Amino acid sequence: MSNHLKDIILKIWRQNGPQDSGRFETYKVDEISDEASFLEMLDYLNEQLITEGKEAIVFDHDCREGICGTCSLMINGQAHGPERSTATCQLHMRKFSSGAEIVIEPWRAAAFPIIKDLMVDRSAFDRIIESGGFITSVTGGAPDANLIPIPKPVADSAMDSAACIGCGACVAACPNGAANLFTSAKIAHLNSLPQGQAERYKRAESMIEKMDEFFGSCTNHGECESACPKEISIDVIALANADYRKAKLKNKKFISRI
Amino acid sequence: MSTQLNSKIPAGPLGDKWASYKEDVKLVNPNNKRKFKVIVVGTGLAGASAAATLAELGYQVDAFTFHDSPRRAHSIAAQGGINAAKNYQGDGDSVHRLFYDTIKGGDFRSREANVHRLAEVSVNIIDQMVAQGVPFAREYGGLLDNRSFGGAQVSRTFYARGQTGQQLLLGAYQQLARQIGLGGVRLFNRTELVDVVTVEGRAAGIVVRDLMTGEVTSHAAHAVVLATGGYGNAFFLSTNAMACNVTAAWRAHRKGAYFANPCYTQIHPTCIPQSDEFQSKLTLMSESLRNDGRVWVPKNPDESRRVVDIPEEDRDYYLERLYPSFGNLAPRDISSRAAKRLVDKGQGVGPLKNGVYLDFADAIARLGKDVVEERYGNLFEMYERIAGENPYDMPMRIYPASHYTMGGLWVDYELMTSIPGLYAAGEANFSDHGANRLGASALMQGLSDGYFVLPYTIGNYLAPMLNKAIPSVDHPEFKAAELAARERFNGYLNIGGTRSPDWFHREVGKIIWDYCGMERTEQGLEKALSELPALYDEFKKDLRVTGSGESLNQTLEKAGRVDDFFQLGMLMCRDALERQESCGGHFRSEYQTEEGEALRDDDKFCHVAAWEWSGDPMTAKRNVEELEFENVHLATRSYK
Repeated sequence: MSNHLKDIILKIWRQNGPQDSGRFETYKVDEISDEASFLEMLDYLNEQLITEGKEAIVFDHDCREGICGTCSLMINGQAHGPERSTATCQLHMRKFSSGAEIVIEPWRAAAFPIIKDLMVDRSAFDRIIESGGFITSVTGGAPDANLIPIPKPVADSAMDSAACIGCGACVAACPNGAANLFTSAKIAHLNSLPQGQAERYKRAESMIEKMDEFFGSCTNHGECESACPKEISIDVIALANADYRKAKLKNKKFISRI
Repeated sequence: MSTQLNSKIPAGPLGDKWASYKEDVKLVNPNNKRKFKVIVVGTGLAGASAAATLAELGYQVDAFTFHDSPRRAHSIAAQGGINAAKNYQGDGDSVHRLFYDTIKGGDFRSREANVHRLAEVSVNIIDQMVAQGVPFAREYGGLLDNRSFGGAQVSRTFYARGQTGQQLLLGAYQQLARQIGLGGVRLFNRTELVDVVTVEGRAAGIVVRDLMTGEVTSHAAHAVVLATGGYGNAFFLSTNAMACNVTAAWRAHRKGAYFANPCYTQIHPTCIPQSDEFQSKLTLMSESLRNDGRVWVPKNPDESRRVVDIPEEDRDYYLERLYPSFGNLAPRDISSRAAKRLVDKGQGVGPLKNGVYLDFADAIARLGKDVVEERYGNLFEMYERIAGENPYDMPMRIYPASHYTMGGLWVDYELMTSIPGLYAAGEANFSDHGANRLGASALMQGLSDGYFVLPYTIGNYLAPMLNKAIPSVDHPEFKAAELAARERFNGYLNIGGTRSPDWFHREVGKIIWDYCGMERTEQGLEKALSELPALYDEFKKDLRVTGSGESLNQTLEKAGRVDDFFQLGMLMCRDALERQESCGGHFRSEYQTEEGEALRDDDKFCHVAAWEWSGDPMTAKRNVEELEFENVHLATRSYK
């Protein structure tokens, strides 16, 4: 049943634009229901700030059901906060106690420049998908959907990889700021399906090379997997690397279409 | 006199209309397509699929989204599935059956020809999405699996775990991304539509605001598509995402596009109830839970025992009592209203007494915990994360919430609004669901409009415009719209009142929910129509927006959206007041059968109400499009 938490101290990163150097500011929330979600606590703080005539804290959020991937936040140094396989929007104040001090920062990664306060620019992810994260299939020409049977375990494992919400926690958690989990999840999804075979090696090569233009390199820390709100397995990185290695040979010899 | 609305339904037998339309439609030569620019606003299922397909055909496409990426659109949150008349289960499904179920589910308030076309193209959607790599659920043999859904007697719903909307949206997003990479689509992200521009009665383009810099600019095009979703957030608390709003549709309405059936809104019976006054949105729990859960409230409103200690004889399993044949699976509208009546009588449960129990104790005893976990494990987990209670030990608490809006911009058979060259697709239009939408049909409609309808119908409009000049962004109409938009946003900043946009949104939402929500009365609607303009005046005098208009300002964005919800709210109440019957999601308590079911009045209201802007929503003009049923017989929906 509902309780009220008292005296929550928030240290929040404020940055008035990409060029501003930014700093932490301290706020106090006197009382908040433990039924409130973490973002509702920030809504409440923002209402308070507007009442005081101050500018509200900017943060990204939308569906608040853990599926759109818009929300972010490093909470006490952890991407999406302390609860495993939970996006920030699904984190609730009952995970904290009265008097807690909570440090809130934006995603920190060279490829995700800060726009304002807690909001970052993740469009590098879109560039990766645009470079090959699709199956070319012009509208109207598709054969009957049941023409290609796909074994259930293959479909299930493709679905596991496809569950990625593109939030960027993997990059934020990685000491190298690498995007291998995000990129490989898409490669693993499409490359494991029969429909994805025609472009398999082209896809692996162009997505990984596009990724390298923006992000750091993977050194198998595994922080991405533990930060992922959808529990995408780090195995996908091995699968993508294997395809990338083959791609470098096959594409070089122009036999990728075989 | 009412304006005549021409729905442009092709002649001929129902099953041949779409085929004959496609045979007769004007075409644009492949080399000429690149001479046309089309603007697509919104990148959900309808917008992304339309933008990608139009670009594949060769048109120049500019796509706009207020999100950081097209992949964030709210289509992503759909859980259940997508219907298609594939008849893969051999259980007697057909295009005609899907058509009939959708017409009946909509309580006979939609257009036969549009719904039939939707059922026809449903099969192409599944083929298309599988070809794109959407990982739909499969049987062990490798073929596609189906499940059944409300309002149907066949299994025709395709699904990808509880994340069908996500997988379909990512499929459409990937096709859009491919076109962006190829240069066929220019994407404008974090850019919000603030006005639609018409020149000499035709859509000429849009005015947008860059959310990062506050800069207001114009974009001209040969045609404009609005795929900007529904207006469920008018209620403040809904299952919609936080940013969902009516602004694009409303701004188009103010420029002459008719707004159809705004009172048709859908309430979903199984959402997690509000827990405190800070609550920002409601979360839906899949309706499938009602297959095994039993709904009840304590008989005594002052019950003080712990829920597990309340004996059987003191529990009211009201759905089983009132609707013995359907029981806990009574349709969405019926079970929603039953819950509301008990909560209004003080029999609600939970700390705020604002929910009813959905109890799995019997199912766990009958099937074992393992089976229940296999069926609903992820939903139980989600419930526990939000409500902090374990549904294996304690019954869930649920309550209805606003979920989808069937009303929207009026469109003809070609999905063109009453402004030539302006199209509306997906939830933003009113066309296919009548007064009530069936489960798993929203995804179907969005993709049908975007992949398979608009790419044909837009060509028919563009073909005669070949090599004719269109107004540029220097045209005085664009300049005037830009100026008006700048003044509007500066106006919000300059009021200098005391209340935030969120405060007003909560208040306006409460009025609309109380009087134009699950159950409506003449008296209540009149009350709302006196309270809304008064609160709107206060909004204009007492709003406070902090920060500036020259950089990212989410408070300012919100102010513009709340402004439009106020105006829409008035139109919703007027529409509900004028429609003196009950149908689907629109329930007027004066018009019900003895069993408490919706009582339609087909003699007087078998029509679409298409509202015309007059300068003030309180005086908008009601135009009528008569609905003609040539193929189905108007029956009473029965749940007995």
